[in-house]
Amino acid sequence: MPEPLFTVENLQVEFRTDDGVVHAVDGVSYTLEKSEVLAVLGESGSGKTVHARAAMRILDTPPAFITGGSVRLGDMELLTLDEEDMREVRGSQVAMLFQDPHTALDPVYTVGEQLIELLKARRRVSKREATEVATALLGRVGIPTPRERLKAYPHQLSGGIAQRVMVAMAVALEPAVLLADEPTSSLDVTVQAQVLELLGSLVAETQMAMVLITHNLAVAVGLADRIAVMYAGRIVELGPAREIYSDPKHPYTAALLRSIPDIQIREERLPAIKGAPPNLLRPPTGCAFHPRCPLADDRCKAEVPPEVEVRPGRWSACFHADEVTR
Amino acid sequence: MSNRPTSDTEGAADPLDTVEGQTVTLWSDVRRKLKRDRRFWIAAVLIAIFVGMAIAPQLFFTDSLDPSQCELSDSAKGPSHAHWFGTDILGCDYYTRVVYGARTSIEVGFVVGTLIVTIALSLGSASGYFGGKTDMIISRFADVWFSVPTTLGAILLLSLFGGGGTLAVALVLVFFGWPDMTRLVRSTVIGGKHRGYVRAAKTMGSPSRTIMRRHVLPNGIAPVLVFAAYTIGGAVGGEAGLTFLGVGLRLPSISWGLQISIAQTRFTSDPYLLFFPSLFLSFLIGGFVLLGESLRDALDVKLIEDA
Amino acid sequence: MSRRYLIRRLLLVVPVLLGTILLVFGMVFLAPGDPIARLAGNKPLSPSTIAVMTQRYHLDQPFVIQFWEYLKALSHGDFGATFTGRDVSEIIKERFPVTLKLAIGAFGIELVLGLALSIVSAVKRRTWIDSSILVGTLFMITIPTLVVGFVLQYVFGIKLGWLPVAGVQAGWQSYVLPSLTIGLGLAASIGRLGRSDILDNMTGEHIRAANARGLPRRRVIGHHVLKNSLVPIVTILGLDLAYLMGGAVITETIFNLPGLGQSLIVGVRTSNGPLVVGLVMLFAIIFVFTTLIVDLLCARIDPRISYE
Repeated sequence: MPEPLFTVENLQVEFRTDDGVVHAVDGVSYTLEKSEVLAVLGESGSGKTVHARAAMRILDTPPAFITGGSVRLGDMELLTLDEEDMREVRGSQVAMLFQDPHTALDPVYTVGEQLIELLKARRRVSKREATEVATALLGRVGIPTPRERLKAYPHQLSGGIAQRVMVAMAVALEPAVLLADEPTSSLDVTVQAQVLELLGSLVAETQMAMVLITHNLAVAVGLADRIAVMYAGRIVELGPAREIYSDPKHPYTAALLRSIPDIQIREERLPAIKGAPPNLLRPPTGCAFHPRCPLADDRCKAEVPPEVEVRPGRWSACFHADEVTR
Repeated sequence: MSNRPTSDTEGAADPLDTVEGQTVTLWSDVRRKLKRDRRFWIAAVLIAIFVGMAIAPQLFFTDSLDPSQCELSDSAKGPSHAHWFGTDILGCDYYTRVVYGARTSIEVGFVVGTLIVTIALSLGSASGYFGGKTDMIISRFADVWFSVPTTLGAILLLSLFGGGGTLAVALVLVFFGWPDMTRLVRSTVIGGKHRGYVRAAKTMGSPSRTIMRRHVLPNGIAPVLVFAAYTIGGAVGGEAGLTFLGVGLRLPSISWGLQISIAQTRFTSDPYLLFFPSLFLSFLIGGFVLLGESLRDALDVKLIEDA
Repeated sequence: MSRRYLIRRLLLVVPVLLGTILLVFGMVFLAPGDPIARLAGNKPLSPSTIAVMTQRYHLDQPFVIQFWEYLKALSHGDFGATFTGRDVSEIIKERFPVTLKLAIGAFGIELVLGLALSIVSAVKRRTWIDSSILVGTLFMITIPTLVVGFVLQYVFGIKLGWLPVAGVQAGWQSYVLPSLTIGLGLAASIGRLGRSDILDNMTGEHIRAANARGLPRRRVIGHHVLKNSLVPIVTILGLDLAYLMGGAVITETIFNLPGLGQSLIVGVRTSNGPLVVGLVMLFAIIFVFTTLIVDLLCARIDPRISYE
């Protein structure tokens, strides 16, 4: 059987701080094929952003250290590549989309200059050719009057347009895999939908694989084929998007689903997950979710539940997976 | 907002309490970082020593060294067992005189520092918080003042109005030095007044002055502290320079600037006369620079003004 | 940069310039007491000198007229005259070249060495290179200029005899030690400021994004990090240059260079009030224009400044 397009296997990342060691990513594994969208869903601190940056090897080391696991593009191991070779991979094979376009774009250069710089550096084209390609790219991502926009500075653009520019830069070199890190979190809701639609159409058109990192369940379900739910550095549930939504197999996922307010039901208080996210410096013993879990028992406090395939294609890291109700 | 929050809501606490809580945690974090920073301890020790010299110079003397003991026959002798730093031109023990010099520098440094911080905090926060006309007036004043270089302006003022005592020198340095920190406070306040907790306090009807005092300033105090350290260091250097040039303190005051100026003429024959006050001066300024830098890193401050 | 900003900034020069001139002028002529006596340092003057002064500065007329006449004179390049009747502007013309050469020398050192130090120590952070640069620059900043000057004089001038210690007879060589005296200290402060500035920028999100696009490291640092770091550096460089134009008073005194700074001190020592006032006025005016240029440069570098 051929290797999957993109494989993450037992990735481990730790942060060494003055106050101790934090296992931000503690054994994350998944695979991705062409045209597939995998949503990685989790709260802040779940490790979702860190794992993506680790895969691209753009973490600040120190304090972050990749201490184990493998990230493969086809059969090429990325974690052990030379920095020079890794630079080749970045952007052209595996690309990243950042959350806030106004901090991810360089404020002192125009949008055009940044696009053209990328094309000239990585594709060895002349400035004129690069300008043409850049204009076309901006048009492709749905920016009106692209030629004029090239001369704009990032702070002159609205959030939606700026994020489209970032999308253009991310796909400019036609990467095989796109890691989209909360691409819509800093945008207005109406604009969010447009950008997500754009990403969806790009995936369909270019057969690019996408990892969509988000904390927003609706975003995940709307665009993803599969969802991986992360908590405290590990994947606690993985499976097809629709199935996870209608039939969760992990208490955390279920709690997330319950916390979405239903416009038709009148409630006194917004349902929230009781307790607080774990302190990763001193994580709970056993299952990290047990302090907040209604199904927790002594075994959960003592042992870390392994990921188990509870149904075909459905993985859950919970001893009580079958008892979970929506 | 027709529903009053119920008493057992884990919802948002009173914004004032939240800010207070935040501040406390941040400061303990800062304290920890400082404790670990070698530079901070070096700076603290140096400054403590010099402050000690300023307040109680006698602590640094032993019996055999006496500031008033001047024998002309002992004039300009190099360091020896009896006179650790040697003697000056008048035959007085140099060590004690150099130690005494700390008083002038510390006095000037702290007077200048205190005054500039006070002015900067009041004018800068008024300017930044209220904006509009207040801001325009204060900023234009600051621009104008800023254009007259401190050293030169000080030279001008001091030479015109003669009499340079420590207070005069300090006041002159404040007179020309206030715009710098004021601008800093202004931009910090401008950056801070849009924060959520400030808006919350406003909607609850807090008077402006209270908002500034309890919310804007405590959270913006970090760059001011750092800059204050640099300012004091600069004031110490400024006084020494002005005195050296002849417009600052005059004899019979004791100031490192004076000692250096006198030592200059005998540089080739008795270099130690120049060496010791220069050393002390460098260490004191260095102490404040280090203090500023360690504070800067612990408070994680970017001193650069935002556009 | 936006036209609005440019025009606004240029217009601002007028009130600031007027205000500055007023400030300096006011310090002399508005403060209580007799301005002439103040200018003379309370030395006795002959009645004819007093008469000449009174006429020249219109002291028998209201302050507004005094100021107005002074402005008119300034616009013609008249910076006043000393008690002996010598035009200050003449003295300025005579001594400016020396100060200018010193300024260029020191600025060159500050610019080249300072930038080099900041880039090297930022890029090589946490290595021994960085640590030594940090220690070295700390030394250079804390040691007062006077001391540096003397030390250089002693070591290179007297003991080793390589370079002249005073005067300007030896051509460009005369400027080496003085330029180093000021330049090293300035380079040190640029080095430190630049280093922390660059480091701050290196951890910015847009740098991470640039790396994520696979741009070559040299490009990321040389283009993106650097340009973002320039504003505070350019600001300080500009201010330092203005200060240098004013004549490095201490350095010119130590090395006996016949520049504007030395002139100022001589003026102070001999109670030559008008000279002192004239020179300070010149420096302040230079400062106003330098700040203008610096502001415009920064607006060019960082578009956020002018587009608000």
